[in-house]
Amino acid sequence: MATTVTMPKMGFDMVEGKLLRWLKKVGEPVKAGEPLAEIETEKVNIEFEAPASGVLKAVLIAEGTTVPVGTPIAIVAAPDELVESPTAAPAAPERPPRPTPAPAAPSAPLSPAPAPAGALTLPPSGRVKASPLARRLAREAGIDLREIPGTGPGGRVVKRDVDRYLQARAPAVAPLPPPAAVPIPTPAPTPAPAPVPTAVPVSPLRQAIARRTTASKQTAPHFYVTVEVDMGEAMAWRARINEALGERGKLTVNDMVVKAAALALREFPALRSSYQESGIIRHEAIHIGIAVALEEGLITVVLRDADRKPLAQIARESKELVERARSGRVRPEDVEGSVFTVSNLGMFDVEHFIAIINPPEAAIMAVGSVREVPVVKNGQLAIGQRMKVTVSADHRVTDGAEVARFLQAFRRYLENPLLLLVE
Amino acid sequence: MPAMTIREAIRQALREEMQRDRRVFIMGEDVGAYGGVYAVTRGLYEEFGEERVRDTPIAESAIVGVALGAALGGLRPVAEIMTINFILLALDQIVNHAAKMSHMFGGQFKAPLVIRVPAGWGQLAATHSQTFEVYFAYVPGLKVVYPGTPYDAKGMLKAALRDEDPVIYIEHTALYPVRGEVPDGDYVVPIGKSEVKRLGRDCTIVTYGRMLQASLQAAEQLAREGVEVEVVDLRTLRPLDMEPVYESVAKTHRALVVTEEWRSFGVGAEVVARIQEHAFDELDAPIMRVGSREVPLSYNKHHERAILPWPEDVVKAVKLLLR
Repeated sequence: MATTVTMPKMGFDMVEGKLLRWLKKVGEPVKAGEPLAEIETEKVNIEFEAPASGVLKAVLIAEGTTVPVGTPIAIVAAPDELVESPTAAPAAPERPPRPTPAPAAPSAPLSPAPAPAGALTLPPSGRVKASPLARRLAREAGIDLREIPGTGPGGRVVKRDVDRYLQARAPAVAPLPPPAAVPIPTPAPTPAPAPVPTAVPVSPLRQAIARRTTASKQTAPHFYVTVEVDMGEAMAWRARINEALGERGKLTVNDMVVKAAALALREFPALRSSYQESGIIRHEAIHIGIAVALEEGLITVVLRDADRKPLAQIARESKELVERARSGRVRPEDVEGSVFTVSNLGMFDVEHFIAIINPPEAAIMAVGSVREVPVVKNGQLAIGQRMKVTVSADHRVTDGAEVARFLQAFRRYLENPLLLLVE
Repeated sequence: MPAMTIREAIRQALREEMQRDRRVFIMGEDVGAYGGVYAVTRGLYEEFGEERVRDTPIAESAIVGVALGAALGGLRPVAEIMTINFILLALDQIVNHAAKMSHMFGGQFKAPLVIRVPAGWGQLAATHSQTFEVYFAYVPGLKVVYPGTPYDAKGMLKAALRDEDPVIYIEHTALYPVRGEVPDGDYVVPIGKSEVKRLGRDCTIVTYGRMLQASLQAAEQLAREGVEVEVVDLRTLRPLDMEPVYESVAKTHRALVVTEEWRSFGVGAEVVARIQEHAFDELDAPIMRVGSREVPLSYNKHHERAILPWPEDVVKAVKLLLR
């Protein structure tokens, strides 16, 4: 039985994916679960696994092509099986099954132009809404329409968008240098050319960030609660653990923050819920999102069931997650399903900051640096280690008092770090 | 150039052609002694006599049939049908006979008759206010003209009277009092030539007849808001000259088709189809249409007013088109 492989949906808001690279060649055997292709979504690059075992009979889209989720992209079948086009009418008995086109150029995907008779029908490629004129202008200028933000109705790319794009892209014309010697009587000094702003194409990740943060700020009424946590014990305790661990690992402040937040979230279901008109969804599994800054932008990796994992495991897993994110190799489960996000700028010596809620979550925690500050202890001035934490929360699902109580619970864990071990 | 109404321009064309060519004669209901229900032929009966300005019974099919016979016999009849609503009774003579006669007999003879017919909404509503030009524009073998200015009204009627084929010459009753400059003496506006009536750069309006005037008014208003609309007047619906439309769309990249007819299946639909066939790569937005709302009317002028397209509808559509 031939299996038609379709563009996978790797996340609730994924609508299309770009096929970066085929990892198998046509004619090559594949096993279910083996990486078949590398796919770029708006958020990440992901290795996509073969859903069935057999031989890769055909690839239906070329590398670099973007197609909507669900579009057939390849066919995997038994070695001796003859496969039909996935877009052909199902069960046409009067038509004998066609053999797969001979894999003369094994890795070459079927290209739409010289489709020979009997070739597989190509599915439509990822479509950009653009006016016919905009398409023509972009074609003539050799621009990829996908790079041009559309301002027409429904986001359609129209002529003015292409014009603007070309204008922004055009190199500044350098003025001719004035003649060196012979001074001409009182010419007006040539003003230095004003630097021309350049347009940088918006990457899919940047577009996703733009869309999601805008949507978040426009739909979720944010409010903010800040507390200061005494990190003295936690820091001393962490130093001892890391010393003991030596080469075997390292516990970060963030690992402790994640664990403490996860434990505190157990008692506060409102902060691990999603607001919907039809009802508020409570998430029972406490998957914590960890914001990771990449060169191209920000992504959130997900540490699953963080409240139930020992600190050592949290440390190990989040290190792996971050490494995969940095190398662009995250898996779908690495980025999906978080119910609460921790964003930590502590490594940048930040006193305090405020984050935007990562929809559809209800709250996000912004963590500043652990700083040595003067504190008053028992009427005496002393040096303390303090960390400021701000939770941004969605007022549709929770209120200030509840977030304050959540932060108290959170602080209790960090100020009594042994609790992180016993819970 | 003297300014005159479309009514006067048509009358002047009739008079000049009757003076120029003895074969030209007029026939129709109340066109003679009464001077025409819309007073278009007023004075011609007195000037040319009952031989050449003939009153007929109320019998549309017979009027067209007799005119066709006269045309085949070598005369140049101008048959007036009182309104386009009543022309349905003569459709068989027009479609099955006049349009095909020459072609059925290998071109051995021609049928050079002109049927003048007042048309359009803005009258009594119900069965007296309809827009049927598409019924004729649909028929090969006919020529269909629909002037929107006094200048074109005179020049195109002359062209119709000198044409060898049957011509349906449609006059919008609401346009009779529209004034414009008309030169004295003989000139012809060729059939099958559309014309740009107003230059603009932001979008193209394709229109004819009453909606030409409505579109020009809308263009005036839009110009005050900084929008420059180009207006192309089709003038002839068959044969349809689309070249000026394509040229205009190549300049503005956006098109709006404005007609008084019911929107579906009409002249507007044909124009839209041709633009996308021939100028697809010039389009920066979907082509839009303004027309009448598709409802059967009662005898109620408020009802009629509510379904008709007006200049403000054109203004609104242009703004949508330019988003």
